Amino acid sequence: MNQRIFAGFLIVGVVMFAIAPVYIARAPYESTMGLIQKIFYFHVPAWFVMFSAVFISGIFSAVYLFKQKPVADRIAFAAAEIAVLFGVIGLITGPLWARKSWGVWWQWDARLTMALILEMIFCAYLLLRRYGGPGSDKLAAGLALFGLANVPFVYISVNVWRTIHPATSVVPQLAASAPGMFGPFVWCTISFFVLFFVMLMTRIRLEEQRAEVERLHLIVEKG
Amino acid sequence: MRNFFRVAWLVMRKDLKVESRSWEMVSTTLFFSVSCVLVFSFAFVREGRPIEGAAAGILWIAVAFSGTLALGPTFERERYHDALRGLLLAPVERSAIFAGKLLGIVLLMTLVEFVVVLLVALLFQAPFIANVLWIGALLILGNFGFAAVGTLFAAMLVRTRSRAVLLPILLYPIVLPALIAGVMGTLAVIQTEPNFDLARFWMSLLLFFDVIFATLALWTFEPVMTE
Amino acid sequence: MTQRLALVVMVGLLVNTAAILVLGSEQPPAQEEFIPIDQLPPEDQLPAAPLLITAYAIVWIVVFVYLWSIWRRLLVVEREVSELSRRADGDEESRS
Repeated sequence: MNQRIFAGFLIVGVVMFAIAPVYIARAPYESTMGLIQKIFYFHVPAWFVMFSAVFISGIFSAVYLFKQKPVADRIAFAAAEIAVLFGVIGLITGPLWARKSWGVWWQWDARLTMALILEMIFCAYLLLRRYGGPGSDKLAAGLALFGLANVPFVYISVNVWRTIHPATSVVPQLAASAPGMFGPFVWCTISFFVLFFVMLMTRIRLEEQRAEVERLHLIVEKG
Repeated sequence: MRNFFRVAWLVMRKDLKVESRSWEMVSTTLFFSVSCVLVFSFAFVREGRPIEGAAAGILWIAVAFSGTLALGPTFERERYHDALRGLLLAPVERSAIFAGKLLGIVLLMTLVEFVVVLLVALLFQAPFIANVLWIGALLILGNFGFAAVGTLFAAMLVRTRSRAVLLPILLYPIVLPALIAGVMGTLAVIQTEPNFDLARFWMSLLLFFDVIFATLALWTFEPVMTE
Repeated sequence: MTQRLALVVMVGLLVNTAAILVLGSEQPPAQEEFIPIDQLPPEDQLPAAPLLITAYAIVWIVVFVYLWSIWRRLLVVEREVSELSRRADGDEESRS
């Protein structure tokens, strides 16, 4: 990937991220939750990115399992690591918000439980890649497929069960119900996705370089 | 299609025959689950009265732990004398081998659970026997889902480093939804005023997970075992 | 084989949907302990600002620590690549 284009994306992402708090501060308050609701602008985009990363990891894992293309495995690994990262962000910002608005740090309702399980599946993926030794790439790909199957559950869980967590209808209706919030929300979502793209590309490059190191080791040892 | 079931049956019969020589897996798994339940009874029974609803959770924890223990030897045995290679070289569908192994595990877990259910019912004064059909149905469905994912991962890990510790790490996050459904269904049945509609809900959710797990497991077994 | 699996999945899902709709209409009870924030007595109300600031700080820290970590790992690996390719080229020259 062209260095300059890449650097461009990085700068755009960081700048957007830096400006975001200004827009967020200017956004209107939510009537029942007040100030703490502003965590929403980072919490929801973080989970959007996490689901996207899981999606990418799962799809490319399937490609790797059935088409054996090494590049697919590199993408799947990179996406899995980023999924764990943004999952951590979501799982920390969520309880910080919950402590104020629900009064408890954590609830074992459907959405939170399934989200935690999803995060754990991808933590297990990283552990497997790190400690599993040779052959763990195919195994991890299988694991990522199960993780992918989990995502729809996490998403619809708030609609199927009556839980304390807000339903999925909040975001699609945001433009109509609270236009002052919609702008900052879109801004934050875009900046998160730009950063996601930058991280993903960098991480994939790291995997490519590692593969290159292995290839060169073989050449050097043979010679 | 008939061939598929025939092969699965043969694989399961082979495993049963091997097991019947030593009864190693049955006895060790049984003993382990009994010790598990005893430890929990020390923790959760105060002055002869168990904590409300503890029985449901403990039953399923015992199932999860003993199931994990039983999964290891299933493929570990095949590592000796290249038995696994022989199995994979056979001109049969890989998924049939998987199904045979899966049925063997489900059978083993069900056998062990006969004892565990009785023990938990006794120690925790839970009305399992009165609702034996409900509990049995939930357990069989839970066993199947657990074993489907477990057999897949046990097979995948057979040649991996640190496989003993990696199996639970990989297995538990995935089967957790099924275990939760099992616990909630059991709770709905054994609580002071049983709610059978709720139990039916959790049971259909469990069945749903089973279908997804089994499908994914059958689908991924082939490419993963091609090594 | 895939077709068979697809069939199994379809049948299974249809059976399940039917089962859930027809039989299991009962849902777990909704959360009852939720009290809207303005009905709580003032002593129970937490200040929101520290939580909000912590949340934003965590996001920034996590993102930038990760970016830094990839960058560092990339530097190490790229150094290794250039060293190894030098050795590989050197071997090639000495052989030819």
